[in-house]
Amino acid sequence: MSIDKDTVRKVAKLARIAEPEQRLEPLAKELSGILGWIEQLNEVDVEGVDAMASTVDVQLPMREDVLQDGPTGGHQPENVVANAPKTEDHFFVVPRVVE
Amino acid sequence: MSNPADLTLAQLRDALKKKEVTSLEVTDAYLSRIEKAKALNAFITVTADKARDMAKASDAQLAKGAGGDLEGVPLGIKDLFCVEGVLTTAASHILDGFHPRYESTVTSHLWRDGAVMLGKLNMDEFAMGSSNETSFYGNVINPWRREDGGNADLTPGGSSGGSSASVAARLCAAATATDTGGSIRQPASLTNTVGVKPTYGRVSRWGVVAFASSLDQAGPITQDVRDAAIMLKSMAGHDPKDSTCIDRPVPDYEAVLGQSLKGLKIGVPKEYRIDGMPEEIEKLWRQGIAWMKDAGCEIVDISLPLTKYALPVYYIVAPAEASSNLARYDGVKYGLRAKDFTDITSMYENTRAEGFGDEVKRRILIGTYVLSAGYYDAYYLRAQKVRKKIFDEFTDAFSKVDLILTPSSPSAAFGLGEKTADPVQMYLNDVFTVTANLAGLPGASVPAGYDKQGLPLGLQLLAKPFDEETMFKGMFALEQAAGANKRPKEWWS
Repeated sequence: MSIDKDTVRKVAKLARIAEPEQRLEPLAKELSGILGWIEQLNEVDVEGVDAMASTVDVQLPMREDVLQDGPTGGHQPENVVANAPKTEDHFFVVPRVVE
Repeated sequence: MSNPADLTLAQLRDALKKKEVTSLEVTDAYLSRIEKAKALNAFITVTADKARDMAKASDAQLAKGAGGDLEGVPLGIKDLFCVEGVLTTAASHILDGFHPRYESTVTSHLWRDGAVMLGKLNMDEFAMGSSNETSFYGNVINPWRREDGGNADLTPGGSSGGSSASVAARLCAAATATDTGGSIRQPASLTNTVGVKPTYGRVSRWGVVAFASSLDQAGPITQDVRDAAIMLKSMAGHDPKDSTCIDRPVPDYEAVLGQSLKGLKIGVPKEYRIDGMPEEIEKLWRQGIAWMKDAGCEIVDISLPLTKYALPVYYIVAPAEASSNLARYDGVKYGLRAKDFTDITSMYENTRAEGFGDEVKRRILIGTYVLSAGYYDAYYLRAQKVRKKIFDEFTDAFSKVDLILTPSSPSAAFGLGEKTADPVQMYLNDVFTVTANLAGLPGASVPAGYDKQGLPLGLQLLAKPFDEETMFKGMFALEQAAGANKRPKEWWS
């Protein structure tokens, strides 16, 4: 399957990456090359095969539904926002989203 | 004592315990080497003050006859592991200024055992690359050069190129690394170092910047097999903060080194003979088979016919998981935020356009594409099914053999820039290593010989899930038989 310029524009939009117009055509070529190579997977018979998302054959462990201690616990807003580019009173500041 | 920074990790550990050297002395010796090795560009951040503080604390422990298994041993940490208060970049512009407020489980284990941190090691951006040419902080240079009189800069492999180069140049006693498709084993193979990718679930991924979560696994790059056994014992172990990290005891891997291999069955898969592979690698592989036979092993020809589909599966699964994992870099929570934007969407789009490099963008776009409506079944679901078949193929093979022996990499170290024009050519570097990630198996690369240019070549052993002990037994036997313990000529200082 080859990807055209419009598809790259759409995928870049979905991925929230600004790609300048002049990059769309070269990217379409690169991605088509990679996907063309990937398409050899169509030779494999996968009829009746289960899709595998993880090699670890365990049930997800359960724990008590209580606040944890340490870095995964609560009550540490300073740590949560410490690395944010812009904050105010423990809130992340973003451009206006509601008019 | 001559320079303590020339000792292996195991020798240094013993010398520190016997007080033949102090941690501060060896830490200063490494810091001085790092200072002179700027040409290799192996470090993104050198934490000299922190290293000396940790070394002094270790010396206080050692003076009391106390301290952990790695007490006072200086290590390099791949810049994918979060270390509290220390710049952690994943070699990406988008993590500018990120100082984690928490410590990765792996590094917390190393500090628990007394290790000293020298700094954060360079790598491919978000671990996406096989030559360390995608780092925002520049290429890492392999300490090894061809013996052709030329001074061509070669790749140290990737993505853990800072780890492999720094261990090869003895800028640290050992290093942490991560492996999603071969990023520990291929760099180890290209630098005459030992690299171990443990079973998926052996080592916690918590606090390690995520690339492809069902494939990522941390492990060590070290000077020799014993050092790798010591490092893995410290790094491994259950962690409730990673739900895929398995709760089972961590064996003493060092204890199995030197045990007899008599009666072990070694599988040799014919599909790992690929077109265009240099004759030297083929020959080294045959030599490896002979060494294992001499050690008392039985050689079994096996077939893994789906091998050639492993890389195409990987280049759907890994970008799909990456596109999801990297959605978090949005200019809001940490790192870079673009200066120019008109609304929140253009803030996201411009931040990600400026912050990610070309290879990372390429993989996010592929991942987004294969997960998008209309293509999910044709690409992603199909890849997951082929992955299951590859997994089953290995399960079947391991019902007949104990270990599988293959080359680690289809070529020796290549020149920087040689393979950057065609992404698929670069991806083919991982043809021998990527299967272990898809099947969750442990794999290791051991230095085994040199090509006609004098460049190192490695052999790979794969083992059953959680059978790292048998793998270490085999690795030690290979290392003993090969005796490939040359060091690169020190041109960089």
